[in-house]
Amino acid sequence: MTIKHIISASFTLLISIPALAQTAIRAEILYPVSGSPIRDAVVLVQKGKIEKVGPASGVNIPAGYKVINTKVLTPGLIDARTVVGMAGALNIPVDQDQLEKSSPVQPDLRAIDAYNPEETLVKTLRGFGVTSIHTGHGIGALVSGQTMIAKTKPGTVETVTINPLAMLAMTIGPSVSGNFSSPGTKAKQMSMLRTELLKARDYLKKQQDKDSTKRPATDLKMEALAKLLKGDIKGLITANSSLDIMNAIRLQKEFGFKLVLDGAAEAYRLIPEIKQSGAEIILHATMARNEGDRVNMNRESAALLTAAGIRVSIESGYEAYVPKTRVVLLEAAQATAYGLSVEDALRAITLNPAILLGIEQRVGSIEPGKDADLVMYDGEPFEYLTRVCGVMIDGEIVSDTCQ
Amino acid sequence: MLKRFFIFCLTGQSLLAFGQDKPIAFTGATIYPISGKPITNGVMIVQQGKILAVGDQTTPIPANATVTNLQGKLIMPGLVDTHSHLGGPEGGDNSAALNPETRAMDAVNPTSDGFKKALAGGITTINIMPGSGHLMSGQTIYVKMRAGKTIDDLLITNEKGLYGGLKMANGTNPMRTAAGPFPGTRAKSASMVRELFLKAREYQKKIEKAGRDSSKMPERDLRMEPLVEVLRGQRVVHFHTHKSNDIMTAIRLSKEFGFRTVLHHVSEGWMVADEIAQSGFPSSIISIDAPGGKMEAMNLSLGTGAALEKAGAPVGFHTDDGITDSRLFLRSAAMMVRAGMSRDKALEGLTITGARMLDLSSRVGTLEVGKDADFIVLSGDPFSVNTKVEQTWVEGIKRFDLGNPADKAFLLGGYDVYSPIRSEFHHHTDDDHRHEQ
Repeated sequence: MTIKHIISASFTLLISIPALAQTAIRAEILYPVSGSPIRDAVVLVQKGKIEKVGPASGVNIPAGYKVINTKVLTPGLIDARTVVGMAGALNIPVDQDQLEKSSPVQPDLRAIDAYNPEETLVKTLRGFGVTSIHTGHGIGALVSGQTMIAKTKPGTVETVTINPLAMLAMTIGPSVSGNFSSPGTKAKQMSMLRTELLKARDYLKKQQDKDSTKRPATDLKMEALAKLLKGDIKGLITANSSLDIMNAIRLQKEFGFKLVLDGAAEAYRLIPEIKQSGAEIILHATMARNEGDRVNMNRESAALLTAAGIRVSIESGYEAYVPKTRVVLLEAAQATAYGLSVEDALRAITLNPAILLGIEQRVGSIEPGKDADLVMYDGEPFEYLTRVCGVMIDGEIVSDTCQ
Repeated sequence: MLKRFFIFCLTGQSLLAFGQDKPIAFTGATIYPISGKPITNGVMIVQQGKILAVGDQTTPIPANATVTNLQGKLIMPGLVDTHSHLGGPEGGDNSAALNPETRAMDAVNPTSDGFKKALAGGITTINIMPGSGHLMSGQTIYVKMRAGKTIDDLLITNEKGLYGGLKMANGTNPMRTAAGPFPGTRAKSASMVRELFLKAREYQKKIEKAGRDSSKMPERDLRMEPLVEVLRGQRVVHFHTHKSNDIMTAIRLSKEFGFRTVLHHVSEGWMVADEIAQSGFPSSIISIDAPGGKMEAMNLSLGTGAALEKAGAPVGFHTDDGITDSRLFLRSAAMMVRAGMSRDKALEGLTITGARMLDLSSRVGTLEVGKDADFIVLSGDPFSVNTKVEQTWVEGIKRFDLGNPADKAFLLGGYDVYSPIRSEFHHHTDDDHRHEQ
């Protein structure tokens, strides 16, 4: 026994906090997502991180590791775009913090000031294997506010947050005109956005003035928009119709920010344009209602975009009523019924959103050194009758009832 | 008076021609008749819109039959959706909370694009309901997914001589805080319903007293007539109800007046499963992946189907389309199986149990000789995510064929496939949904 082993053994004895427990999960099939599925695999988990992964024949389970057996194991799922924690399940004014209707442009609104990690909907997602979420301000305003990235584990905003400022949530489309007296038209929507971004460009320029007395006073709205223009954060524009998607791309070209198209119901019609723009895609839930500006949505969208070489993430999105949230595991399952392979569908709710969100060093695949966010299933993940029977976040079991 | 309704709907229906004169034999498939055990390598023969024979491979096939080999496929009865809003079924407006006289048949667009969704989902019979923003939203209609120009072409008359039920609701949907004709509390809601049914009882007495003497008949009253049908047990009450206390109130009112009731949604049905079973009323449940969206749905559970089944209560399903999509109806039941319901009861729930709720079980819901040739051809197990509805047949006519690109488009969606203009006359908004589920 080497000195190192003695140290680690005594460490285990001293520290009995579950978060630091050593666990081995043995799976009949393991989808690492970063590579091909592994039959009869073992994952070792230590101090909340993935220590080792591979075929059981090649990974010894050290003494003192708690062993859990499962049929199928995947990385923790990532919801590329949701409003849960901002929007509550009760759906009454006091638990709906995803949209502030006092003004159509409010980039200063921070998601971390409203996010509720104890929200029922967060628990619901967690139980279905969703371990990280990109949540925050919702659709329905030109700039509704900021978004954040969090783990779905219990805790305070401080302990669950991965990134307190991920993107600026923006919307181009009919919902904006439904929420505000102005903008009332598409042209006015674009005019107002361009006006704000021009102001921000000017603010940014003045900020860089060598003469500090000529620099502008801190303006929270402009600060946030300046971050967008500088490329520190991405612009998350919800746009569904072809017309609105092209408006988003035109805006991006004019101001040169990093564009993430959200919803994107008609993206399948604009594949060359989207590829040329370099915009990333978060696709609407496959079971979202084909209403309003999503009337032309196509169940093969995820497959068509993926086949064209576009990296697709599938979201739960925003729901105004029942169900108050969708679940990306169940939404991606539908994509597999319409042309997307199981591995690509899994990627659309793990590694693809991790890359899109810039958190792929921590989550999104089962690889040594990454966070031990893992999901256990009693069958093929996307089958209707398969249940999620265990969810681990940062090495800790956060759900163990089958659902 | 009441008789007039029957004559109308019977003639209305006979305008449509039934399926082929020549028999069609389907061979090679696994048949789920629902009335009995699955038949591998079965034979089903249909003619003139009816089922002529169902059996194993030894079933004799008439010499003049067109034979279709469906090896590797699965045939089961067309699905029965006991609660849908396809076609734009408006009932009462904001002028009253009790609207027994309004009829969905006067509102539904019979050529709605929405019905293409139903066909793509394997649904052949639908109870289209107005509401639920009223204590009584109006009369529902039972329709078949036939090709038709007028609503009469779609109606199906049941064993009680009617083509619909009465939509009622309790809980928060019919309640309004503003002063006006709507109740503000649950007690007021129940009181208003009791008051109206007491009147209907008086009206019924007058009719019965008059007997065959038309001079003694009370004046016609459009509000009272459907309620008398309810009191006589002819017209089924479809009662939207979520919370356990509201479910018990629906049962209490139904017992007081002797309605035949179907409990709809029953989000908290798992909490009072034994009481529901004891009432004898069937439940038409909805399958929703996550709780919430309204306070009454906070405790909804995919385990409701299993809980009711365990208690011995009959369970059917509904889409509540647009709350869930008709194309995902098989999935609705599958998710209940995922949460513990038996496969057999879930399959019955999609078919015969739903048919019983509409008094249509002598015509639809199983594959038995003499029943309507309403069936679907599946590519595999009904509860697998990969299974597709390949064909949907209504009364011996193929109404959906996945092999036909025009039909397939309605499964997939796409540019200009579903048009709001060709769907419902009244296109729904999120705000409307608040009153639907």
